[in-house]
Amino acid sequence: MTGTTLTPVLSAHWDREDLYTLDGYKAVGGYGALRKALAMEPDALVDLVKASGLRGRGGAGFPTGMKWGFLPKDNPNPRYLVVNADESEPGTCKDIPLMMANPHALVEGVIISAYAIRSNHAFIYVRGEVLHVIRRLRQAVAEAREAGLIGTDILGSGFDLDVVVHAGAGAYICGEETALLDSLEGYRGQPRLKPPFPAVAGLYASPTVVNNVESIASVPPIVSNGAEWFTSMGTEKSAGFGFFSLSGHVTRPGQYEAPLGVTLRELLDMAGGIRAGHRLKFWTPGGSSTPIFTEEHLDTPLDFESVGAAGSMLGTRALQIFDETTCVVRAVGRWIAFYAHESCGKCTPCREGNFWMVQVLDRLENGEGTEADVEKLLDICDNLLGRSFCALGDGATSPVMSSIKYFRDEYIQHMEQRGCPFDHAKSTVWGGA
Amino acid sequence: MSEGFDDATRARLEVDAKEVIARYPKSRSALLPLLHLVQAEEGYVSRAGIDFCAGQLGLTAAEVTAVATFYTMYKRRPMGEYHVGVCTNTLCAVMGGDEIFAALKEHLGVGNDETTEDGKVTLEHLECNAACDFAPVVMVNWEFFDNQTPESAKRLVDDLRLGNDVLPTRGAGPVCGWKQASRVLAGFSDGRAGEGPQAAGPSLEGLKLARERGWTAPSPGSTGPAPTEGGAR
Repeated sequence: MTGTTLTPVLSAHWDREDLYTLDGYKAVGGYGALRKALAMEPDALVDLVKASGLRGRGGAGFPTGMKWGFLPKDNPNPRYLVVNADESEPGTCKDIPLMMANPHALVEGVIISAYAIRSNHAFIYVRGEVLHVIRRLRQAVAEAREAGLIGTDILGSGFDLDVVVHAGAGAYICGEETALLDSLEGYRGQPRLKPPFPAVAGLYASPTVVNNVESIASVPPIVSNGAEWFTSMGTEKSAGFGFFSLSGHVTRPGQYEAPLGVTLRELLDMAGGIRAGHRLKFWTPGGSSTPIFTEEHLDTPLDFESVGAAGSMLGTRALQIFDETTCVVRAVGRWIAFYAHESCGKCTPCREGNFWMVQVLDRLENGEGTEADVEKLLDICDNLLGRSFCALGDGATSPVMSSIKYFRDEYIQHMEQRGCPFDHAKSTVWGGA
Repeated sequence: MSEGFDDATRARLEVDAKEVIARYPKSRSALLPLLHLVQAEEGYVSRAGIDFCAGQLGLTAAEVTAVATFYTMYKRRPMGEYHVGVCTNTLCAVMGGDEIFAALKEHLGVGNDETTEDGKVTLEHLECNAACDFAPVVMVNWEFFDNQTPESAKRLVDDLRLGNDVLPTRGAGPVCGWKQASRVLAGFSDGRAGEGPQAAGPSLEGLKLARERGWTAPSPGSTGPAPTEGGAR
């Protein structure tokens, strides 16, 4: 695949200083899609999003239109739309800049999506640790309300909608949709057993759609430009565009909005390559919960199917790039410390497994481990994977198993040298020259 | 035992609490914002704060405590005026977050989750704060301080302790106090959404390159007819 170019849509006007205001957003055509959508039947909007092939941009890649279609038609309870803005997967940094620069794109998406699923009450659950993003979101909602875009009888359509921006309080697990719902109900954020899925029994046990920020923000351009426009980008099964977030040892880290199916080689070329004088060692295709890749995957198309076939997951397209100065054992150990910290404690395999993996990985990084420790890690992963309510536990096994698969020698090297063979200072921004 | 809020404080907070509770179809959903609210009052979630939340929502203190202790943003001890968080998740740690955190511990003479004697700075290491393309990242009262170094971070905390104005890279500047930040989290506007840039640095790299090379998403007309059901009426 050569010649892929960037396709800025959601980020197309991020260099406009007043984009986060209603006036700024309207000046670039904002809320045009809403007018068009309100003239359509809700079911036609669901069909349109289905036809676009839009798949969830929060990591799992479930078809958005299909999710909407799962809402039971005969349930008398109110329906809720909940936006998952709890962006916390390590490496993932796309929704936060989107909501800071262009919050109305999300708000317009919320109004259209709520109309499509016949919901009169929407919540944006945003992680609490991003104060300014919360200010911008709240201002956007307030401006939209003042302009009659939220409230009763929106633009004379007869459609009523209230939107609440709800700040979380620091818990990675609340990015998991059922934990998020528990949290939004005022409880500890612990995942629920599925089924029932949120479509049937979600917020307040009512039919609920939970969608990621980028998914919802992608709805207005689909409404404006049509499903065929969307499917003209990306691949057959992974349609459209998305943010590819490059971080780490690259010359120009940042947000690159491109068709799904672009490769890391192409993206690195756009981002000026690996930082000067260094070479690629390993990378995550979609956050820390996706098995790591190496140089051999530079040409893997970054779409759901191709990344899956190559042994990882597209996830959130959080491309964390590490060069040859980086110790993989240290990197993995730090990720597992994160999973251990963020495990909600509900399921024993995740709570205990991560706790023990931290100890083992610390020992290995410090050169005090043995080959049996490497086998122990794989054994713990075997007891963790698929054995907890939610994907947090599964995610933790990804960096461990994939790092042992590609870099077992490096684990051994730590034992042989009785310590870490790397100078960590060389990995830093200021130590790489 | 609990001292509780004095009557004037309670009366004032009850007005706020009523407003928060009114946002939700079911009152218990207001618990997280109410915990932010009592944290805005005292700088942390005290027993008095827990009792207040419980009273407003008809919950027991145990039920509220169970929630307050689950979430890391609620603090159970008095905090400094400025919460300084250093990301030490893998990406930031590798890029220099570990060195920054070590430098601040030494410079301030405090450990993780400890406050300087002057009550100005509470230092904590953080998990990923969704700004990896700006690594290494430091947060002050949950505002972004991007692309930090040990030297810049030391200057930052010195300025905070001296009472100098400190400007976030992307956020409202000068950075507000911990209690004010908590109040914004509870849902009360401080009128500062218009401060700071809309986007900066790495957020704009892709767009900048696309503009240089003349890259855009396809125009709708070029890919076949637009869907017919829209805009007809």
